[in-house]
Amino acid sequence: MTTPSDAIDERGFSPRYRRLGRRRIYASLGTALALCCAAIAAGALLVILFYVAVQGIGAINWAFLTQLPHPVGVPGGGVGNGILGMLIIIGLATAMAVPLGLLTGIYLALFGRGAIPEALRFLSDVLSGVPSIAIGLFAYAVLVAPLKHFSGFSASFAFMMLMLPLLVRTSEQAIRSVPQTVREGALALGMSNFRATMFIVLPTARPAIITALLLAIARVTGETAPLLFTAFGSQFWETSPNNPMAVLALQVFNYAISPYPNWQQQAWGGALLLIVAVFVLSLGARFMLRRAMRGLDA
Amino acid sequence: MSPADRGFAAIVYGGSVLFALLIAGLFVELVLGSWPSIAAFGPSFIWKSSWDPITSKFGALPMIYGTVVTSFIAIALAAFVGIMAAVFLADFAPRWLATPLSFLIELLAAVPSVVYGLWGLFVLAPFVRTTIGPALQHALGWTPLFSGPIYGVGLLTAGIILALMIVPTVTAISRDVIAAIPRDLREASASLGTTKWETATRVVLPAARVGIFGACVLGLGRALGETIAVTMVIGNRPEISASLFAPSYTLASVIANEFTEATTGIYISALIELGLILFVVSIIVNALARLMIWSVRGSRA
Repeated sequence: MTTPSDAIDERGFSPRYRRLGRRRIYASLGTALALCCAAIAAGALLVILFYVAVQGIGAINWAFLTQLPHPVGVPGGGVGNGILGMLIIIGLATAMAVPLGLLTGIYLALFGRGAIPEALRFLSDVLSGVPSIAIGLFAYAVLVAPLKHFSGFSASFAFMMLMLPLLVRTSEQAIRSVPQTVREGALALGMSNFRATMFIVLPTARPAIITALLLAIARVTGETAPLLFTAFGSQFWETSPNNPMAVLALQVFNYAISPYPNWQQQAWGGALLLIVAVFVLSLGARFMLRRAMRGLDA
Repeated sequence: MSPADRGFAAIVYGGSVLFALLIAGLFVELVLGSWPSIAAFGPSFIWKSSWDPITSKFGALPMIYGTVVTSFIAIALAAFVGIMAAVFLADFAPRWLATPLSFLIELLAAVPSVVYGLWGLFVLAPFVRTTIGPALQHALGWTPLFSGPIYGVGLLTAGIILALMIVPTVTAISRDVIAAIPRDLREASASLGTTKWETATRVVLPAARVGIFGACVLGLGRALGETIAVTMVIGNRPEISASLFAPSYTLASVIANEFTEATTGIYISALIELGLILFVVSIIVNALARLMIWSVRGSRA
C-alpha cells in the first residue's frame, strides 16, 4: 500500500529519490567547503612562510650569523651571540630534561599501576598545558630572585620544564610498546631488571624517544616568553650560563618591536633562521618516527 | 631483588619524585610570589580595573577582559575552520592529499610564537588597519564592537593571530577523534543510502561531538596562555573598551611587557598573581579538555 507522498512518478522514481539530486548538490558543496577550510589552514602556513622567507633572506649573510649585534645606528651586525646562547641554553635544558624525563617515563611504564602513577600522568598533562610565561615566573622565583641576577641557566631550567611533559609521556609509551617477550627473554637469560631495561628495552624504544626529544627541542627553540626574565639578553659573546645570555628568539622579539628599520630587517632574518631550525627538527622527528614504526613491525 | 635492581628502582623512584616536586614547586612558588598582592588586594584584585604602578593600585579586570575577548575571537574563527578541515582530512580527502595537508597543518603548529608575532605586527596589523577594519566598520560600524578609531594593533588583530595559532591544534585533535569513530557507524549510515556529506555531518560529527568540543577547549587553553605573539599585536594598554579595534592587554602579555620593569615589590607580586590566575585557569581548561577528548578517543591514543 502506498501513501501519496510515496507515489511513483511517470519516470518510475519516488519523490524521495528525486530529492537525491539536491542531496548530491549539498554533498558536493559540503565537500568543497571542507576542502576550502583545509586549504585555508594549510594556506596560512604558506603565506607566513612566504613572507618570512622573502623578508628574511636579504638579512642573512655570514656576518649576520657570526657577528655581535651593533649598537643602534651602526649598520650591520648579527645575531651570532644569540645563536650561541640558544645552543648553550637548549643543550643544558636537554641534559637536565632527558634523564629526568626518562626516569619518570620508566617508572610509569614499569611500575605504573595505581593512584600515584595515575596522578603523575595527570600532573604531566597539566604541566604540558601550563603557559610558558608562568613557567618563566617559576624559574625567576627559584633561580633569578634568590641569586639577584638573570642567568642563562634559569632559562635552561624553564626550558627543561617545558620539555618534560612530552618526554615523560612519550618515553612511557615507547617503553610500554616494547613487547613483553623481549623483556622476559632478557630476564630469562639471567639479566637483572636494571640491565634488561638499560640494555635491551631502552635501545629498542630509542627511535621513539629520540622523536619525542626532537619535538621537545623544536618546541623550546622558538620559545620566547620565559626568556624575558630569565636569560634576559646580552650584547656580548656570553658563554657562562651563570650570566645573562643572548638568545636568538629573544633578539627577534626585541628587534621586531624596535622602531629601527635595520633591526626590523634583522628580526625577519632571525625569524627565518628560527623557522628553518624548527622545521628541520620537525622533519627529523618525522623521519625518526617512521624508523620507530618500522622497528616495531620487525 | 639484586642490589643493582634495588638501586635502579631507587633511582627511578627518585626521578619521579623530583618530577612531581617540580610541578608542586611551580604552584607553591606562584602562590608565595603573589602572596603580598593577595594580602594587599584580596579577592577584589579580580574585579578592580585600575592598573597603576605609581600609586600601587592593581586590579586584573582589564587583562582578564582582554584575555577572554581575544581567546573568544580566536576560538570562534578557529573552531569552524579547524573542524571542517578535520572532516576533510579524516573522511573526504584521498590519501595522497590528506598526508601532505596534515603535514603542512602540523608544521603550522611548530612555527614559533615570535614569528607569528612578527608577521602579525608587520603584515596582519597594517592589513587590519587598511582593509579588514574599514570593511567591518562599514558593514557593522553601528555596533559598539566595530566603532572607534582603527589602530591596526588591538583585540581583533590579536584574536586573528591566535586563531591561526590554534587552528592546527583543533584540526589535529578533531581529526584523531573523528578517525576513532567506529567504521560500523559510517557503513551503517552509507547502507541507508546517505551521501558522504550526510554521513559526516549527521552521523560521524554527532558521535565525535564531545571529543571535538574537547579539541576546541584545548585550543582555547592554548589561546589563553599565548604570550609573545599577542604581546606584539595587542597594543598593550590596560583599558576596557567595547571596540574590537581598541588596544588592550592580556594576562600573559602584561607579565611579558612589565615584569622586568617592575620596581616595587607589590608591583612584581601583582604581576605574579596575574600569572597565578593564568596558571589556575589554564589547568582547569586543560583538565576539562582532556577528559572530553579521552571520553571519545581513550587516554593512551
